[in-house]
Amino acid sequence: MAGSGKAHMRPSADTILSVEDLTVEFKAAGGSSVKAVSGISFDLVRGETLAVVGESGCGKSTLGKAILRLIPTSGGSVRFDDRDLLAMPENELRQMRPAMQMIFQDPVSSLDPRFSVARLVEEPLAIWERGTPEERSKRVDELLEAVGLDAQIVRERKPYEFSGGQCQRISIARSLALEPLLLICDEPVSALDVSIQAQILNLLQDMKERYGLTLVFISHDLAVVKAVSTRIMVMYLGKVCEVAGPDTLYTSPRHHYTHALVGSVPLPDPSAPRARAAIQGEPPSPVDPPSGCRFRTRCPAATDKCAAEEPQLAEVAPGHFVACHHPR
Amino acid sequence: MNSILSIKNLEVGFDTPRGLLQAVRGVDVEVPGASSMGIVGESGSGKTVMCRAAMGLLRGSNVRRSGSVVFDGDEIGSLDSADVRQYFGTGMAMIFQDPMTALNPVRRIGSQLAESLVIRLGMNKKDARARAAELLGLVRIPDPEATLRKFPGQLSGGMRQRVVIATAIACKPKLLFADEPTTALDVTVQAQILELLSDLRRDLDMAMMLVTHDLGVVANHTDYVTVLYAGLVVEQAPTRKLFASMKMPYTEALLKSIPRLDQPSGGRMPMIGGRLPDPTNPEPGCPFAPRCPYVQDRCRKEVPPLTVAPDGHAYRCFYPIGGNA
Repeated sequence: MAGSGKAHMRPSADTILSVEDLTVEFKAAGGSSVKAVSGISFDLVRGETLAVVGESGCGKSTLGKAILRLIPTSGGSVRFDDRDLLAMPENELRQMRPAMQMIFQDPVSSLDPRFSVARLVEEPLAIWERGTPEERSKRVDELLEAVGLDAQIVRERKPYEFSGGQCQRISIARSLALEPLLLICDEPVSALDVSIQAQILNLLQDMKERYGLTLVFISHDLAVVKAVSTRIMVMYLGKVCEVAGPDTLYTSPRHHYTHALVGSVPLPDPSAPRARAAIQGEPPSPVDPPSGCRFRTRCPAATDKCAAEEPQLAEVAPGHFVACHHPR
Repeated sequence: MNSILSIKNLEVGFDTPRGLLQAVRGVDVEVPGASSMGIVGESGSGKTVMCRAAMGLLRGSNVRRSGSVVFDGDEIGSLDSADVRQYFGTGMAMIFQDPMTALNPVRRIGSQLAESLVIRLGMNKKDARARAAELLGLVRIPDPEATLRKFPGQLSGGMRQRVVIATAIACKPKLLFADEPTTALDVTVQAQILELLSDLRRDLDMAMMLVTHDLGVVANHTDYVTVLYAGLVVEQAPTRKLFASMKMPYTEALLKSIPRLDQPSGGRMPMIGGRLPDPTNPEPGCPFAPRCPYVQDRCRKEVPPLTVAPDGHAYRCFYPIGGNA
């Protein structure tokens, strides 16, 4: 994989987020450094849902946090609503915050256990002094009802009284309080039961339509993002492998890594021929990534060229981009 | 075929300030020797409590347990925790969902792995260490020697789960309890771990109870499936039979709610609305009735009995899908 390149960018008036050459470096033991995100570019058009997919350690969560400038970046640019977030002074950035919100994987630890549900959801409104206390209280009720909770019953309860799925609903209500334009969801359903995952995924779809949101959906599971995304970006060791629409990516993955991800999803059908695990081993250490294409050490099609040259993203079909020397 | 584990009418309850919480309400499970039984259900369905009760791991003055658990011919249901220990390691072993908390973070992998070999099998330290390296090879950890000297924190989640599996199989147990062994892992690593467990089971002639909330996981890695709901067995059958003709609306709903790659994108996903009933205050009728798409009046009044069809397919429903078998 992976690749660099910007062939998949779509500059237009509708672009809400444009990320170019974004790099995030962390210091590692022994004076070395790890590029968790290594020159990533992508853009988001208003109203779309971009899924970012990859294994643990591929940099997808770091990317999500870096976009919101929750962690320091070491290069590149992030333009949100046509303003450069990375170059902006802190006080200006703070004024942008209501428009960009995030929800996290563990819904229980992301809610203060001492706060009531009403206070958790109201807090952003109170901090930004939106409306009178009565107006805020009314808004809290609206938000709780919108995410499928009975406001009168849940208002005064504490997070520990709720299941994981219900806590994720509370997190979603809170993230929507300030009417954001962009919502970054970092593995929002990985900690939940299969039966509850579908409820939360459907809720996110409803909220997107109701509030006109643009979503970034980070996940390790292609099957989960398939239903909700309009575009999928596959990452490996801090780089982009493939970008395509969800149906294209499933029916004709061109990158060998995407193919392996598709093959790893368990099929709930015992009569289906049992394939061996689609991919062996785990990603190499990002401290010392392989030269050229970073996926070559696990790739069935790797050649000398893959070690020598880093592949660049190229359009192989309309809207379908792959960074591979030997696409499938 | 002889059963390695036979659970009969197991009931487990906990005294709580809100009254008795009935976690397991009369469960029968038979695991034939060297076979693999999947236990499927949502969080709170009683699947973990059932396994722990079967292993004698539940203790405390607030635990109410009754029923029979026969392991390898011995009745262990009434033994206390200390007496049931003799079966651990060589008889049964367990692996858990979170491989980090199952390992001691301040001890090297080698010493943790050798521990049970020294205590259980009476090996000397040198042999135990050599065997520990072999075990790491068996669970396909590259460079076992180097891994023996590492601490759990230096390994990825998938590698840690391999170490936990190596620890569990160290004394060649006859039955392995695997409680959500892949839920905390990436999809790619999940596929590898499930494959490893299936291969080890075949090579070691070991039975397995695979506990999971994901029907997709049991489909390819078990011989039998038991579906639990609110502490009751609601469907039980050989895996192929279950997937070929589901009888219980709950099982069908669980299957439909799995995100699939061959589903169209952009649409709404099928889901099960609502949630499990309150275990301290079970309402009359079928526990799934409030969430069931096919519910009828009778379902709200009586708990359906477990119907066992002539082919062994058991289900707890008055109006099974496709009619009574």
